[in-house]
Amino acid sequence: MAIVVAKSQRWRVLLAHAFLIGLVIVTIFPFLMILSISFRPGNFATGSLIPDRISLEHWMLALGLSYTAPDGSLVQPTFPVLRWLWNSVKVAALTGLVTLLLSTTAAYAFARMKFRGKEASLTGLMLVQMFPSVLALVAIYAIFDRIGNVFPTFGIDSHWSLLLAYSGGIALHVWTIKGYFDTIPAEIEEAAKVDGATPWQAFRIVLLPMALPILMVVFLLAFVGAIIEYPVASILLNEQAKLTLAVGSNLFLYEQKYLWGDFAAAAILSGLPITLVFILAQRWMISGLTAGGIKG
Amino acid sequence: MPTHKKNSPRWFGPLLLIAALLAALYIVVVVHAAGQTLLAATLLFITALAAWLYTSPRFYAWRYLFPGIAAAMVFVVFPMLYTIGIGFTNYSSANLLSFQRATQYHLDETAPAEGDPLAFTLHADGPEFRVRLSDPDEESKAWVSGPLALKNTAPLKLAVEPAPQVKLPLGEPLPLRDVIQRQAALKALTFELPGGRQVVMTGLRQFSGLEKVYEQREPGVLVHKRTGELLKANHQTGFYEKANGERVTPGFQVGVGFDNYRRIFTEPAFREPFLRIFVWTVAFAALTVLFAASLGMLLAVLLNWDALRFKGVYRVLLFLPYAVPGFISILVFRGLFNNNFGEINLILDALFGIRPTWFSDPTLAKAMLLIVNVWLGYPYMMLVCMGLIRAIPADLYEASAVAGAGPLTNFFRITAPLVIKPLTPLLIAAFAFNFNNFVLISLLTGGRPDFLDTTVPAGTTDLLVSYTYRIAFEDSGQQFGLAAAVSTVIFLMVAAISMVQIKFTRISRDPAR
Repeated sequence: MAIVVAKSQRWRVLLAHAFLIGLVIVTIFPFLMILSISFRPGNFATGSLIPDRISLEHWMLALGLSYTAPDGSLVQPTFPVLRWLWNSVKVAALTGLVTLLLSTTAAYAFARMKFRGKEASLTGLMLVQMFPSVLALVAIYAIFDRIGNVFPTFGIDSHWSLLLAYSGGIALHVWTIKGYFDTIPAEIEEAAKVDGATPWQAFRIVLLPMALPILMVVFLLAFVGAIIEYPVASILLNEQAKLTLAVGSNLFLYEQKYLWGDFAAAAILSGLPITLVFILAQRWMISGLTAGGIKG
Repeated sequence: MPTHKKNSPRWFGPLLLIAALLAALYIVVVVHAAGQTLLAATLLFITALAAWLYTSPRFYAWRYLFPGIAAAMVFVVFPMLYTIGIGFTNYSSANLLSFQRATQYHLDETAPAEGDPLAFTLHADGPEFRVRLSDPDEESKAWVSGPLALKNTAPLKLAVEPAPQVKLPLGEPLPLRDVIQRQAALKALTFELPGGRQVVMTGLRQFSGLEKVYEQREPGVLVHKRTGELLKANHQTGFYEKANGERVTPGFQVGVGFDNYRRIFTEPAFREPFLRIFVWTVAFAALTVLFAASLGMLLAVLLNWDALRFKGVYRVLLFLPYAVPGFISILVFRGLFNNNFGEINLILDALFGIRPTWFSDPTLAKAMLLIVNVWLGYPYMMLVCMGLIRAIPADLYEASAVAGAGPLTNFFRITAPLVIKPLTPLLIAAFAFNFNNFVLISLLTGGRPDFLDTTVPAGTTDLLVSYTYRIAFEDSGQQFGLAAAVSTVIFLMVAAISMVQIKFTRISRDPAR
């Protein structure tokens, strides 16, 4: 393109660069800071951005190892970070599987079958999803407290109850998977049905393998959603060993007990894998949603 | 391939269904036996529905839909309805029990009976223990229990035998230290003496008889056995009350109609914080969306500018806040903003010699929340705007360049009007999200600094949702009923916002067709 460059253009470009660089600094400052803090000895923030003395004490504690302080005393990890990470991963993986099971079957019916109330239930499902679960916290607590009186396995302080509480949020996933199913020609399954396959067989043997990419996306999204969920987990879990990472990390920064360095190491240790999955899920979600939206 | 599938046993499906239904029925019976009638009824309804759907060929599609929709109903819709229901009761830590359970609680209440306490000693018997009780006045009258593990703290009633009948010689009594160690297990024991008298541990060295405090005269009326005082159940307040109106805890749950709502909207102690928090909630959500969207749009326009280099690098770096899970970045900011140790104050101190008290000054705390939330929110807006700007036909800009328009004219005459329409539903969605942004408030300030003039816990930075959470889970009173009523009010607001959003989605979509 041949554009006549005005004289003010150069100044504007420079200004834009200055603004963007300033914003980039503000944006990545917290991340650099937390990295620096995790390598700094002690739990106080005094010190420069590049630590004068590198100490791995916080990393040892975050990994559940004890270390010997300079004065010779043995410092034990305050919180079971790895345990929390494991709890989070466990709950999230199970939530992903359950979500996948519930939403795939429902999406199949929505995409391929004709029945009364189809439009209504699809819209209803979407409307239901609009209400944040934070508003029902009291009820969720009361329900699981009462169930726990009968079945302690599904009461307060149980990962199973958390899994159940998360399994209801499938509406968005149903829409995503349905959109993808719509892009797969129904003739393929029709052919299988002509060969004598039942709808279940057509679904399981013919359609599911073709929908693998979207199933991965939905699993990842449900997984990430469960990992970062805070409100419901914070009321259902009390016992320290049972906490998920989102609830547990909160304990590092109490006004009276300010474990800044320990938090930094724990946050990076547990945050990195989650962030990776998060980025992966985001990227796939965008491609998955657009793939699902072509015919939707 | 499918041939062996075709031969998969025909009875397998039905058998699985029958097994599942039987298991469900068993759970219903157990739940009902535990006194959770409403829950049992709900489960029974779901089980019946499942049985119907999975046996009738007419509802074949619902066999696929049922599990998912049932989960959404049970764990999303039911809690919503239940919340509305709780809003009409006085459910709280003082009114936790049902009427029957509260009555039973009072009837089970015991006080040391008249009559001499018995001295008690603990003796080792192998790995287990025996308890010896004796009448302090008459040493010959003594009783000995069977061997006890003393590990359980569940209530247990046991018989004791007169000491002479126990052949085993007892060793020296264990020191008090061992008794204290096993106090919890000992407290759970009730010994029944041969005469039928029951004793429990009332001190480290003694067991005494117990008697019930209250006796039921007629339904809803209890009488104090010793004083003869009457307690009457008041189904308005949910407490047993003495003649002078004094309430005896624990109370029970009763419906209170619109009481909670009346308290929110008329009692000054509740109305004041509610209104202030409502205003702040709206301001917070609106300002966040305004700032994040403006910044996002500005960046999108800049990063779409041909003359600018390194666009890719900027885009990746500016996208970072969106990639890191919220609970981690919010907590990082909680540390960075810390008044005494936080890096932000260290820098401000070094540069300008000021140390703002981010967490104790209401205005600063609000400013901090906005800063953090804009930081968290602008990358999303940037992404969306970049997508929308890319869809604007380039010839519009070429035409405006021919007309000699500057970048500002371009932005306000072409970019902004074309972007704002499809952006509106997203902005409303972002508003609704931030209206309920519980995680940010709860992890960053916890609602603090608190108002000093309210009876419920309420803070200057609380949003309506976190205010509800605090009424329900942080206050010593755990006023679930009140919290549920506030939740219901927010439900209605969110519903209103959603309706506006749906309307705008339609408007923005229609011209495109």
